Amino acid sequence: MLEMLMMYFQYPFVRYAMLVGVLIALSSSLLGVSLVLKRFSFIGDGLSHVAFGAMAIATVLDVASDTMVVLPITILSAILLLHTGQNAKLKGDAVIAMISVGALALGYLFLNLFSKSANLTGDVCSTLFGSTAILTLSLLDVWLCVVMSILVLLIFTFFYHRIFAVTFDETFAKATGMKVNRYNLLIAIVTASVIVLAMKLVGSLLISALIIFPALSSMRLFKSFYGVILSSAVCSVFCAFFGILLSILASTPVGATIVCMNILVFALCSLLGACLKRG
Amino acid sequence: MAQLICRDVVLGYEGKAVVQHLNFEVNQGDYLCIVGENGSGKSTLIKALLQLKKPMAGEILSGDGLEADGIGYLPQQTIVQRDFPASVQEIVRSGCLGRFGWRPFYGKAEKAVAEENMEKLGITHLAKRCYRELSGGQQQRVLLARALCATKYMLLLDEPVAGLDPVAIQEMYDLLERLNQEEKITIIMVSHDIRAALTYASHILHISEEPLFFGTKEDYLKSEIGRSYLSVTGGKRHA
Ligand SMILES: Nc1ncnc2c1ncn2[C@@H]1O[C@H](COP(=O)(O)OP(=O)(O)O)[C@@H](O)[C@H]1O
Ligand SMILES: [Mg+2]
Repeated sequence: MLEMLMMYFQYPFVRYAMLVGVLIALSSSLLGVSLVLKRFSFIGDGLSHVAFGAMAIATVLDVASDTMVVLPITILSAILLLHTGQNAKLKGDAVIAMISVGALALGYLFLNLFSKSANLTGDVCSTLFGSTAILTLSLLDVWLCVVMSILVLLIFTFFYHRIFAVTFDETFAKATGMKVNRYNLLIAIVTASVIVLAMKLVGSLLISALIIFPALSSMRLFKSFYGVILSSAVCSVFCAFFGILLSILASTPVGATIVCMNILVFALCSLLGACLKRG
Repeated sequence: MAQLICRDVVLGYEGKAVVQHLNFEVNQGDYLCIVGENGSGKSTLIKALLQLKKPMAGEILSGDGLEADGIGYLPQQTIVQRDFPASVQEIVRSGCLGRFGWRPFYGKAEKAVAEENMEKLGITHLAKRCYRELSGGQQQRVLLARALCATKYMLLLDEPVAGLDPVAIQEMYDLLERLNQEEKITIIMVSHDIRAALTYASHILHISEEPLFFGTKEDYLKSEIGRSYLSVTGGKRHA
């Protein structure tokens, strides 16, 4: 088995896939803690559907780089969703459901009407659930992903204490003079970017799993913000690494395998957490 | 000059006034209790004093060195916090963020301030504990320590004893009295507990749609409104 792995890792595309997978998992887990604690995880879900719609448009337009279309649209939607989420008059969750389902339907319709591809179902399926696309990454994709991940890491490190304060108690943060809305905007934009990146890895339907599971698993075991952040980064990287390995060895779909690893870790953490509580 | 001055302030939501003609001032070392019915706009007033909410009319002025250091705030507890993974130390230190500039991490000075305030409130031994596993009284102390990290001059407290048991309530009042007397920290507190308000406060602001009374505690006891409010609610303690 080890030999087989060694053989696979001689191919650059396998190494790229591993690098990109781990970086995406790391970024999304860091963000996930804030999103889950702020009860914002639904925004991640809504955005992933918007990203699907945008991807459909990009496919139809046949542009050189999908990301250049998908990223701006998703970021714009993130800002919009954040705004409606705070608006007491509009029902935030209903609006988000509306936008996300609308984007799904529109995207699928577009693909059906205009796509020149012979394998439409395959295209749709791979956009929704991730694909072997991670094994066919271009060097540009890899670089884009590396740069974006480093950016997310830097932003997160630099604003770590402020993100904690805004997440824990927005009103108090505002009262001490922090520009809370700016940080919310920052979080929304970074979320949109991570989602667009992660779409390559696990597909738009499964992205939420990458964001939510590591945070929830870690919250079963750790009691400080720092602990939860560290642990969810470790959890997520672990799951991505072994998920990708497994999917190569057993030729299972990459995205689904990673998500299953995350479910497994969540179950383990829950069990351990329950034991610790009683013991 | 007074620390805070309200001049003919009107507060409300979406064009509808909740409370109007607010005129009062707060000087350093005062202990002001804001009393009134539920929904009379006490929390709204607190938000306005914190500049989280613009008055519909009138002005709120601050002076006497207050701008420089800001106000420490103890909010009415929100539900989101209850399952939040956060250690006591992380929460207390976050009070320092307001006057932090652009540095990414806490320096020696901030850590020392946090340490000192935890010491003052007797929660140093809880530093590494998880906030959500503490008792209600301990949790309020943590939030009070955080508020102290944000100010040296003024504390705004919105129903700080709501939901606490009688022992914790007494401890909280003692703490506030000590901070007020020894450190000369101005205290503005919303309270349902008119008995306690009359025991500890130096000034009373009683609001309804109109402010019904503002002045010293002694005058309030002699006033018509004070006596009638006391006879309705004063007999029993509101927890
Ligand atoms: N965000 C809001 N939007 C609209 N009306 C509000 C809002 N918050 C409070 N109110 C209204 O303002 C009034 C005063 O509320 P509040 O200041 O919370 O009262 P108190 O703290 O004295 O119980 C209430 O009638 C309440 O319904
Ligand atoms: Mg209130």
